[in-house]
Amino acid sequence: MGAMMASVMSTALDEVIRTDHLTKVYPGGTLAVDELDLSVMRGEIFGLLGPNGAGKTTTAGMLTTRVIPTGGHAFVGGIDVVERPVAAKQVIGVVPQTNTLDRSLTVWENLYFHGRFFGMNAKTAKHEATALLEQFRLADRGTEPIDALSGGMAQRLMVARAIMHRPDTLFLDEPTAGLDPQSRLALWEILGELHRAGQTILLTTHYMEEADQLCDRLAIIDHGRLLALGTPEELKASTGADTVVTVSASGDLDALAAALQTGFDGAQRVARVDETVVLEVRGMHGVIPNVFGAAERAGFDVTDISVSEPSLETVFINLTGKDLRE
Amino acid sequence: MTVLDAREAQADPLMPTRTPGAASLVAFGSLLLRDAVVLRKTLKAFLPRTLLQPFLLVFVFTYVFPKIGQGVGGGSAGGEATFSTMLVAGVVGLAIIFQGIQSVALPMVQEFGYTREIEDRVLAPLPIALVAVQKAVWGALSGLFGAILVFPIAAIVPATPVELDINWPVLLTLTPIACYMCGALGLTFGTRFDPRTVPMLFGIIVIPITFLGAIYYPWQALEPIRWLQILVLANPLVYMCEGFRAALTPVDHMSLWVVYPALLAFSALFTWLGINGFKRRVLA
Repeated sequence: MGAMMASVMSTALDEVIRTDHLTKVYPGGTLAVDELDLSVMRGEIFGLLGPNGAGKTTTAGMLTTRVIPTGGHAFVGGIDVVERPVAAKQVIGVVPQTNTLDRSLTVWENLYFHGRFFGMNAKTAKHEATALLEQFRLADRGTEPIDALSGGMAQRLMVARAIMHRPDTLFLDEPTAGLDPQSRLALWEILGELHRAGQTILLTTHYMEEADQLCDRLAIIDHGRLLALGTPEELKASTGADTVVTVSASGDLDALAAALQTGFDGAQRVARVDETVVLEVRGMHGVIPNVFGAAERAGFDVTDISVSEPSLETVFINLTGKDLRE
Repeated sequence: MTVLDAREAQADPLMPTRTPGAASLVAFGSLLLRDAVVLRKTLKAFLPRTLLQPFLLVFVFTYVFPKIGQGVGGGSAGGEATFSTMLVAGVVGLAIIFQGIQSVALPMVQEFGYTREIEDRVLAPLPIALVAVQKAVWGALSGLFGAILVFPIAAIVPATPVELDINWPVLLTLTPIACYMCGALGLTFGTRFDPRTVPMLFGIIVIPITFLGAIYYPWQALEPIRWLQILVLANPLVYMCEGFRAALTPVDHMSLWVVYPALLAFSALFTWLGINGFKRRVLA
């Protein structure tokens, strides 16, 4: 009994984010989030992966008190974010999609005042602001205005600001959208460090590489609905294939897809995606010549053919019939 | 609890230990502090923008006009001197209402429109309504600062003597209400205009409010134009200027039994409109 209680207690304590049938219908009738059930554990990096307009930002907005749900419930750290927004705001840190740094203040002052807003006294806020600038390699920028920062630096400063008050959960909305590859890597490194230090992180992204690299678990969502949930490995294994062949050819690609479906043994799934036909197959051996042959026999001129492992993109295509970039 | 845990707990000022009320109070104060720091940094722009317009107004109407024999309020004996005295209240009222626009409405239009930087303050641990009210309170403090700066101009610049008769109880009670009302007015405008429409704020709102705000003439003097006298009762600046007339000068003024309730009612109205507008802009 005691052990069971302890286990129940620890489950309750370890769940940092929970949504029950969380729903948002915007005025005008757009259903952005549809009865979403999520559970994020302490210390996880949890990703909401989906195309633009899938409802990721709305979900993050509801969890961070800025979007009012029209149905269901959302809890962060056990706090109902709709009932007790002020308490909720104390335990979350938010990195929004756009640069919301205070343009009237310097880099250092942005951190200093954030600390003050969250109840630090002047001495602590000064100390923490300086330490964070050091940690985020912005120490030499402290006195500069926000407009002098590059996109990558501004993003680092927003992460520093969001963790300054030591939130239970850090939310990042499309954190690397619009960043150059180098800044993206730098940000992934920072998030990795925070993760190792035990920070719970929820991020939204439509970059499957980002989701794959960073996240412990992922929720794939589209049209506001949860389509799949699991670790990146589990999700990729769920395709049942180990090889993905992408074929470009001239002519009617739907007809090519149909021809490959029937004319090529071992194709688990064939789908037309944009200007290509994608086959998921099990077993790598002889795949290229076989696909090539099947296409030629059906009278198609193959212009390009490539082979890869299944990715989250594959998972998403299987679930929705379209790719993430759409 | 291990030693490490204890140290962690001490080093980690986790906030849920604070009640929402305590957190809100600190955040509210810190937002005011932030605005004060921004004002200090921009004082070089604040001073001319606060002082120049009232100075020119007083200079042209009460120094240049009498000197060139084109006095306003002339005709009757002592008319020019009365006009200088009458204008003191108007200039103070004008300075306060301009701060509502300059210190609250215009920055908010920018923060909502181009940069969305207001969002970080919305995420500070206080109710959103208080983030909005903080802006109105900041507008009130700026208005007070502006009024203190321009009052000497109105009293010293005129070529004809200004007769002051300060009613301290009225001044000390009226000033905070008037300043707050203008801050709340700025909040309302700030949430309802965007960068595209903000030029209209001046063209169709600020200019009529100031020209028809009992700055240049006492409200009672509109008696011969009865319809106008009634129409301008919708203008909050009228009550402010009339109130300051009562507080600062011996000039005839609207009854304080009207001035106080009107200012309080406008304060409540603009606070309500401002909070609603603010929520509409930051919540979805």
